[in-house]
Amino acid sequence: MQLLLSYSLRNLWARRMTTVLTAGGMALVVFVFAAVLMLDAGLKKAIVSTGSEDNVVVLRKGSETEVQSGVERPAAATIESMPQVETGVGGLPLASKEMVVLISMNSRAENAPSNVTVRGVGTFAMTLRPQVHLINGRMFRPGSREIIIGKSIAKKFKGASLGDRIRFGGLDWPVVGIFDADGSGFESEIWGDVDQLMPIFRRPVYSSVLLRLKNGDTFPSLKTTLESDPRFTLEAKRERQYYTDQSEAMSNFINILGITLTVIFSIGAIIGAMITMYAAVASRTGEIGTLRALGFRRTAVLGAFLAESLFLSLIGGATGLFLASFMQLVTVSTMNFQSFAELAFSFDLTAPITVKVLLFSLLMGFLGGFLPAFRAAKLNIVSALRSA
Amino acid sequence: MEASSLADRKQTALIQLRNVTKSYRRGAQNVPVLAGISFDIKDGEFLALMGPSGSGKSTLLNLIAGIDHVDGGELIIGGVDIGQLGEAELAEWRAHHVGFIFQFYNLMPVLTAVENVELPLLLTSLSRRERRQRAETALALVGLSDRMDHTPNELSGGQQQRVAIARALISDPSLIVADEPTGDLDRESAEDILRLLQRLNRELGKTIIMVTHDARAADHAQAVMHLEKGELSARVENP
Repeated sequence: MQLLLSYSLRNLWARRMTTVLTAGGMALVVFVFAAVLMLDAGLKKAIVSTGSEDNVVVLRKGSETEVQSGVERPAAATIESMPQVETGVGGLPLASKEMVVLISMNSRAENAPSNVTVRGVGTFAMTLRPQVHLINGRMFRPGSREIIIGKSIAKKFKGASLGDRIRFGGLDWPVVGIFDADGSGFESEIWGDVDQLMPIFRRPVYSSVLLRLKNGDTFPSLKTTLESDPRFTLEAKRERQYYTDQSEAMSNFINILGITLTVIFSIGAIIGAMITMYAAVASRTGEIGTLRALGFRRTAVLGAFLAESLFLSLIGGATGLFLASFMQLVTVSTMNFQSFAELAFSFDLTAPITVKVLLFSLLMGFLGGFLPAFRAAKLNIVSALRSA
Repeated sequence: MEASSLADRKQTALIQLRNVTKSYRRGAQNVPVLAGISFDIKDGEFLALMGPSGSGKSTLLNLIAGIDHVDGGELIIGGVDIGQLGEAELAEWRAHHVGFIFQFYNLMPVLTAVENVELPLLLTSLSRRERRQRAETALALVGLSDRMDHTPNELSGGQQQRVAIARALISDPSLIVADEPTGDLDRESAEDILRLLQRLNRELGKTIIMVTHDARAADHAQAVMHLEKGELSARVENP
C-alpha cells in the first residue's frame, strides 16, 4: 500500500498552496500548545530542581511557603539535633536555619518595583544546595553585613551588580558575590547571614530549617517524630515535594489558560483541515470513483484520505514544534503567586512534550479528516465516475 | 492462447442477461431505464453497444461491469450471478475479472504512467518488484515503453488512453468494458486505440464491450447491438 500512501502525499504536493495554508494554521495551534507545555515544564524544572531528594524542609504546620512559616529557636535546635540528620564539617549538623523575607526592588526594564526574596542562611546553605555556586566574587563572611545575589537578580534589577550596595532594612548591603543555581528558583534570591538579617527585619523566629538526611529512607521516622512532638507545631517535607507544591498554583494557571487557548484555536484548525479535505474529496470525486471501480474497497479510500489528512497535520505539527523549539532561547521572569517572589525560568522542550505535541497534531488531522474521508468512502461509484 | 482453444471458448456464453431491469428514482418518480433485457455475450467477443443518449447503454455497461446493481432479473458472468454478490465480494470480483476503459481515461494525475498501470495490482499479493515488472510489460504492449515515468498531463490524449488500456489489462481480466473510449480523441488517435482493442480481442482473447456513439468506432467490433428506450432493438454482425 506504499503506492496509495505515496498517492496521498503527492496529492498534498500537487495542491501545495492549500497544503501550506492549512498546515500553517495547524502549526500556529501546535506552536501555542507546545509553548504552554514548555513553559510549564520550564517552571517545574526551575522550581523542582530547586529541591534535592535527601533534603528536608521543616516549616510550621499548615504553612505552604517559607514566607508564611515560623520556626521558633528551641524548635530549630531540636530539629538540628535529630539523629537522622547528616553531620557536616566540624561535626556540626548539616542543616541551615533560614529566614525568608520579601523586599521591593526596581527592575531595570520597567523601572517598577517588584518583590525579591531575601534569604538569611546558615553556614551550610551552599553545601545543602550543590546546584548553587558562585560565578563571580566571593561568599559573604559569616557575622558580617554582606550579601550574595542570584544571577537573575543581577541581570534584572537596577544597582544589583558586584560591588554595588543594595538598600533594605535601613542599611546598605554590599554585593560581594553572584551565584548561579543551575536554572533553579534560587537564582532570583538574595542571600546573607541569617544572624545578621533576623534582627534587621525584627524577626524573632526562623522561617524554616533545611537539613540533609544521613539516609533518605529515614524521612518517615523524622517526620513522625517532629510532627508528633507536642511542644511544637511542625511539618516536615522532602525539599523536592515542597517546591513541587509551591509551583502547583502557577503550573495550574499556565495549564488552564494555555489549554483553553489551545482548545479554542484547535477547533479553528480542525475546521480548516476539514474544509481543505472536503475540497480535496470534491475535486477528486472522479478519482475516487475510478479507484472503487478498479476494485478498491471503501476502507481503502477512507484510509487514503485519512492518511492525507494525517500527513497534512504532521507537516503542521512538525513546523509548529520546530518554531516552538526557538522559545527555549527565551527566559520568562514572573512572580510566583505562592511565595510572592520573582522567579525566572525558561521554556523547556522535553521528549515527552515532543511526543505529546505530535500526537495532538495527529489528533487534529484525524478529527479534521475523518468526515471528509468517510464521505469519500461512501460515494456511489456510478455517480462518482459521472463527475470525472 | 492457441487459435483452437479460442474457437472453443467462443462457443460458450461469458455473459448471460435474463430479463434484467433497472430504474432510477428522480425525486418521487421512478424512471425505468432497462425494461427486461435478455441476451448472451460469448466469451472472446468484441461487442459495440450503440444507441441515442438516454437509451440505457451506459447503465447496461455499468451493470455488466459490476459497478451498479440490477433491480430484477439475472446477470450471470463466468458462471457467477453478480447480482447476488455483496459489496466487498463485488469489489473483489471486479478487481479480478473486469478491466475498465473510460472516455476521459480516468488516470490519477499525481501518479506516473507506470504507477497508474500498477494501481490495480495493489489488490494482489504480488511483490513490489513483480508489480513493477508487469506494469512495464503492459506499457510496452501498448507501445509506451518510453513514457513510463511521465505523468498524465505530460501525455497526449491518445497516449493517456493507451495507459488506461494497459491498466485495464494488467490484472489479466477476461472482460474489458470501454465507455466511449474514443470520445475524447482525434480521428487518428481514435483509430489507433480501436486497432489496439481489436488486437487485445484477437490476440489475447479478451471479451470487450464498448459503448459508443460513433458508427466508425462500432465498425471495429465483431457485432453491434442497438439499444433504444431501454430495449434491445437489433444486433448486427460486422463482416
